[in-house]
Order: sequence, then C-alpha cells, then structure tokens
Amino acid sequence: MRRLNPSLIAGGVIVGLIVVMALVSFVWTPYDATLVNPAVRLAKPSWEHWFGTDKFGRDVLSQIMVGSRTTLFVGVVAVGVAAVIGVPLGILAAMSRRWAHELIMRTNDLLLAFPALLLAIMFGAVFGASTLTAMIAIGIASVPSFARVIRSGALQVMRTEYVLAARAAGRQPFPIAVRHVLPNVTSLITVQASVSFAIAVLAEAALSFLGYGTPPPTPSWGRMLQESQEFLFSAPRLAIFPGVAIAIAVLGFNLLGDGLRDRFDPKLEDRR
Amino acid sequence: MPEIREHIPAAHQPDAEPAIKLIDVVRNYTRPRTSLLRSAPAVHALRGVNLEVKQGERFGIVGESGCGKSTLLRIIAALDRASSGHVIVEGTDITHLPERRLRFLRENLQLVFQDPMSSLDPRMRVRDIIAEPLVVQGHPASGQRVRELLEAVGLSADAGDRYPHQFSGGQRQRISIARALAPRPRILVADEPVSALDVSVRAQVLNLISDLVDELNLTLVFVSHDLSVVKHVCDRVAVMNAGQIVETGYTGDVYAAPQHPYTQRLVSAIPTLHRALSGATTTDLLATKGEPA
Amino acid sequence: MSDVLSVRGLTVTVRDKTLVSDVDLTVGPGERVGLIGESGSGKSLTALSVLGLLPEDVVAAGSVQLTGVDHELIGADERRMSRVRGRHLAMVFQEPMTALNPTMRVGDQIAEAMLIHRTVPGRRAARAAAVELLGRVQLPRETMRAYPHQLSGGQRQRIVLALALANDPALLICDEPTTALDVTVQALVLDLIVKGVVARSSALLFITHDLAVVATVCERVLVMYGGRVVESGPVEEVFTRPRHRYTEGLLAASDLETNERRLTTIPGNVPPAGQFPSGCVFRNRCRHATDVCSTAPSWTGTASTGFACHHPAEVTTHA
Repeated sequence: MRRLNPSLIAGGVIVGLIVVMALVSFVWTPYDATLVNPAVRLAKPSWEHWFGTDKFGRDVLSQIMVGSRTTLFVGVVAVGVAAVIGVPLGILAAMSRRWAHELIMRTNDLLLAFPALLLAIMFGAVFGASTLTAMIAIGIASVPSFARVIRSGALQVMRTEYVLAARAAGRQPFPIAVRHVLPNVTSLITVQASVSFAIAVLAEAALSFLGYGTPPPTPSWGRMLQESQEFLFSAPRLAIFPGVAIAIAVLGFNLLGDGLRDRFDPKLEDRR
Repeated sequence: MPEIREHIPAAHQPDAEPAIKLIDVVRNYTRPRTSLLRSAPAVHALRGVNLEVKQGERFGIVGESGCGKSTLLRIIAALDRASSGHVIVEGTDITHLPERRLRFLRENLQLVFQDPMSSLDPRMRVRDIIAEPLVVQGHPASGQRVRELLEAVGLSADAGDRYPHQFSGGQRQRISIARALAPRPRILVADEPVSALDVSVRAQVLNLISDLVDELNLTLVFVSHDLSVVKHVCDRVAVMNAGQIVETGYTGDVYAAPQHPYTQRLVSAIPTLHRALSGATTTDLLATKGEPA
Repeated sequence: MSDVLSVRGLTVTVRDKTLVSDVDLTVGPGERVGLIGESGSGKSLTALSVLGLLPEDVVAAGSVQLTGVDHELIGADERRMSRVRGRHLAMVFQEPMTALNPTMRVGDQIAEAMLIHRTVPGRRAARAAAVELLGRVQLPRETMRAYPHQLSGGQRQRIVLALALANDPALLICDEPTTALDVTVQALVLDLIVKGVVARSSALLFITHDLAVVATVCERVLVMYGGRVVESGPVEEVFTRPRHRYTEGLLAASDLETNERRLTTIPGNVPPAGQFPSGCVFRNRCRHATDVCSTAPSWTGTASTGFACHHPAEVTTHA
C-alpha cells in the first residue's frame, strides 16, 4: 500500500466536501437559492439563515451550496478543454521535427500573450454571456500553458533511453506517445490541471463580477462577490462567505494536485 | 510479408556478408541559431566513417566524449540518419529506408544503454518492459518467454511483477539486456553498458554479455570510453576521435602497439593497477606510449 | 611527527540508519592517502564529515583533528569551519561546474579565495598570484577573464584545483575529481593534483572508486565497504597481498588484464546505503562467510596497516 500524504488527504477532503455540497444542493438546500424574500433583506446570520441573507433576502448558505455546482462545472469544463487540446499539442510539439515544433510553439506563444479574460469577454460578446462560453474561453486560454508544461516534460521523456529502446524495437510514434510519454507526464498533467482549475474558478468569479460570466439568477460565487460590493462596509459578511469559499476551493485543488503528483510518482513510493 | 523478404537478399550467404558495413558516413547537425545576425553553427559529428563488422564478431568502438561514437551507434540502429554515405546492415542498405521498411532491423538489432536509471520506463512493470519488443513486432508475448528471458539474465521469475526502481543498477542492466534479447536479435549493440556500475557488479554484467553473445551466436558492437573494458570483451576495436575512426585493429594489437598518435595518447593515459604497481606515476600517464616521460 | 589529519571513531547516521561506522583515518604530512569504495561505502560521507559539509539531517559523531586548527572539527559551527575551509583544508569535488560561481570571472574567483583568508597583502598581489596559479595548472593568462561556462570540464576542474591550492592548505581532499572527465584529461588533472600537493608539501586525501587511479596517485590506501574501513595499508601491500575478502574480490573483479574470457566476480549486489548486514558488512556476498561472521570482526594489525576479517586471505596467495 502506498502511504497517503497530508496534502493529498487535505486536498481530497476539501474537494470532496465541495463535491458533496454540490450533490446535496440538487436535492436539498435550506431555502430555494433564487427565492427573493424582501421581508428578510440583509439579515444577519441566525438560526433561520446560518449565513444571513443578501439584498434581495435570498439565503446566502443556499446560494453558496448551489454556487459550488457552478464552480465545479467551471473547473471541469475549463480544465477539460485545456487538457484535451493542450496535452496532445504539447506531446505533438515534443515529438515533431524542428520546424513543426517551432510552428506549434510560436503559435502557442502568441496565444499565451492573449489575455484570458479578454478572450472570455469576446466570446461572451459573440456567443452570449453564459457559464459555458466563458469557461470554454478560459479553457482555450489555458491551452498554451498546458502545452508548454507538457511539451517540456515530453521532451525530457523523449530524450530517455527507454524511448530510444522502444524506437529501436520498432515502436511507432503514436504508441510511444501513448505508452511511454503520456504515463510519464501524468504528474505534470495533474499539477497543471489543479493550477488551471484554481485559475478557472478565479476567472469565473472575475467574469461574473464583471457581468460576463454566469448570468443571473443562477447562483455563482463570483457574482455573489460582485453583488456584495455595495455593502462592503455595512455587511462585509456578504463578501466574506463567497470569498472564503473561493479561497478554500482554490486551496483544495492546489493541495490535491500536489498530493496526486507525489502519489503518482513511483520513485517516491518506497520513501518514508 | 514479401515486402520485407526482398530486402534481405544476402541471408543465404552469411559468411560473405558483413553484419554491419559503413561507407563514408557523414553526419552534420545544425545547432539552433544563437544570433539573428550569424548563421546557424554546424556540428560535424561524423566526418566520413568507414567500418565493417563481421558476422559473429565482437567489435568495440572506443572514444572520448564528443567523439561521435553515440551518433555512430544511432545511425547504425537507424535511430538517426546519415547526412551522406551508406549504412548497410546484413546486406541491406538502410541509409534511406523509411521506418516501415525497417522491420528486419528492428527485430535483428537491439540496443543496451548506459544509464540503468533512464533506460527503463519507470511506469512499466518489468515484464511489460521485457515484452515490449515482442508486442511491437506482433509476436505472442507469453509469460513463459518473459520468464525464460529473466532466467537467462540471472533474475528470479517474480522480478517481472516489480517496477524498475526496485532494482539496483546492476539488476536494471540485466533487465535491459533481457529486453534486448526478447525478439531474438542477431546483432546486439551495447552503449557503455557498464560505465555506471560499481566495479564489483561490472564484472558480472560483462560476463553475462559475454556468455549470451557466445550462447546465442550474436554479433556484438560494444561502445565504450574505456579501452581496457573493450580489450577484455572485444576481438576488434575502432578508435574514434573528432568524428573519425583513427585506428582499427585487433584489440590486443591496438592496446599493445597503438599506431595513431591519438591512440597512443589514449592508451598511455589509462591508469592500470599493473602499471601503477610497477612504479608508474601520474606523469607517466601523460607520456606518449613508447617515449619516456 | 604529528598527523595532518586525524579521524577517530567517526560515525555518521541519518535518523535510524548508520551510514559510516567507527572510521579511523590518519594522513601524515605530505602523505597521499587513497580512500576507495563503491556506492554506499560511506567514502564521500567520510570526506564531507571532515569538511563539515554534511546535509541537514545527517549527523556525525567522533573526532576530527586537523593540524594548525586548535579546535575539534566535528560539531564546529559554520563560522569556525569557514575559517578552516579553503585555508587549512581545501577540496575538489566531482562536478567542477557546481564548485564555481557561474557569474564571476575565474580570475576574480581565485583572487577572492586568497583575499578571504588574507593570505595576500592586497588585490593586486592576489591577481598576480592568481595568474601564477593558473600557470601551475597549465592554463594561459587569458583564462583570468573567462567565465566558467566558457571552459571545458577539464579546464574547469583545473580552475577548481587552482582555487583549492591557492592558500597552500595543509590537506587537500579530492572526491572523485576525475570521474566525470575523459581519460586523457583525467591523466593531466591527476598529474596536476599530485604535482600541486608535492610542491606545497600538502597532504592529500583522495577518494575514488577506481583502484588503478588510487594505485597511481597514492602511497597508502584505505578500503571502505558498507560504511566501514575493512582494510588499510601501503598501496603495494594492499593491492598485491589483500587480506580482507572484499579487497581480494574487488581486485579480482576489476582485473580486466586477465586472459580468461570470464572475469572473477563478487556475487550479489551492493546493498543500498544503511542496509548492509550486521557483523561483517561483507558476509552476505562473501564465499568464505561462516556463522562467526555475524559478529563484527576486530581490527588485525597496526593503526595504519591492517584489516577486519574473520577469514582473511593467506599472505602467500600472490608471489
């Protein structure tokens, strides 16, 4: 049995809690997260409303719970898009001849120089603001960093003697990519995925804050943050709850990435 | 596969055909440009190499770092291509053959590498590592064959279930050798196979290579920076310097009476116990063979 | 005559593992001593203990005394050690690139080595001395202005040697100084090391896995295996009439001059550091091992010449 390491446990627990919270929100929340109730506007935390209510009298806890769905959706879509395009691109670049390699990487650099939020805003303007379009845009904007990291890892693998041995035994490039390169860059993929996941969650928050992300009334942590700004001094809790939720989620995915990297590395298996 | 057969016309006259023949092989690289104004610098890794390795021979290639011996080895294994010249393996000119026509080479010529850490995929179990060449070439990769190979290189059968990092350097080199032997090659190319090993383990691996080459009637190409190791293992040796072969001959002769000035310098620079105990000093290592210091 | 270096009962541990156990070692004035061993033998840890450069969680115990230094080196704090290193005690490691500052010209680095310990009156004198030192390692004056990355591995190792010898240390420690170098370059560096210490009457502690190099460079040799010194004595004595079975096996296994097609081998593998057997560390690979070998063999012979083996080779095995 491999030993579990502390970051893996901590990250796993945090991410697990968020997933559970999202699942529970489908069947039960204290209140309807979108229910406007002017009678209890800006209520302080109490037994009825644990986290209080916002300016429309909506229950903050319920919104946080439903908002976690958005957060997970956002992360999965953005990281999925980035990984599905970025990983093969990085491996392809590493295994290509020099000119093709240069072409891929210079195009990549061009994309890298393009601000992710600007791309998301453009997408929002063209295809209409929605969580999905925003996150596809964030995903595409994350492709270059994925490709870059995976390429450098794949280059190292391509220089190893076991790849040389596989070539000498007649392995074709595609099987080499699948059997040797991909398994040996998985730790890079998990780390990059967790970083991108965190960035995507933040980007969604930023976009919702700017009004280009999740449109109302779907609850989103980022938009909660945005809506809280006019009460920053009178009711700071409205900013604190979603802010802390975002911070914990980002931390959880980073810890999980670190833990997975250590666990996936067979060389570390025997170390105590 | 008729496509393959037509490329081994010499299979019926094994005595006449050299296992490997290189005719005037040149390999130039261009380095990536370092400056926008200057043109990309060229590296002449091989400057016209001629070489003939006979069937069943143990042939050594000796040279120091950067002499081109690794490039030469890759070109022989068709992992790199010559800029000009011809590379003929078992009668087939492989210089310009596309990968899909190289199947005979991929079966008949196998490699063992220097670094026991990087020559085995850390994420594969030993049995999958050894079976890889079989799987690639569409042979049935039976557990039986893998156990046979493990036994042939002196490892226990349960070694197949483990991962490379659970083995010592010497054991890993045995795994490398087992993988190389899996497709029953006729030519074994070893690139510094013992340079990274402890002295007490080096002898075991050299013996193993020696025994297997005898038992399986292999042609051995043994690349090393260490002339004394090559002298022990090989019948003939080529000495490389700056991309060229400066001297070829029987290892005993080259070692005892080197002809080329570079070989003379190389031979006299090798410290040996025998010489040291008969009073040789470090200054004697710098003297060219035959002359007093 | 007192010894330049005197190591007594050196033991190095990391957490619960003992990596070096009860090593005694002396180097006389101007003496060239070799420390030979394979991976896990503890030879490099022994050197690092003397230099006070062990990694954080590795602990040394015992005594290390150096001539001209009035305090114990084991456990000395970094401030005191930095006054010893580079002045009384200098070192050359395997990888010359890491020993040089990549952002400084080599001339300045050599001059600085002397200025730190105030062995020259001023900057001008230091530069003049640096040029001379470069000459001693057969590098031209222009090398003063070069950066480390502009030099070859052999040239860099010669710079490191010049640095090490800059303050005429009483003891020079070399840890595999030529392992990363080509044979012809190795010959030059070895010769420069020997000439350098002879010219200064410095003592030399030379650590390597290569028996032939030790035999060429050193007068006396200690053989280490599994963290212990298993045999020591004059080079000629140890290499022609080995007593410990490990030394005997090592000599046979490295004998490539033999006319036999098969080499003599030592069975088994070198265990990972800290996982050698109790008692005689070599017993799990030794053909002569018996039950008595599960107790640690005592040292036979004098402090400088002897062995620790229950079943030593006969003295008359070699003519």
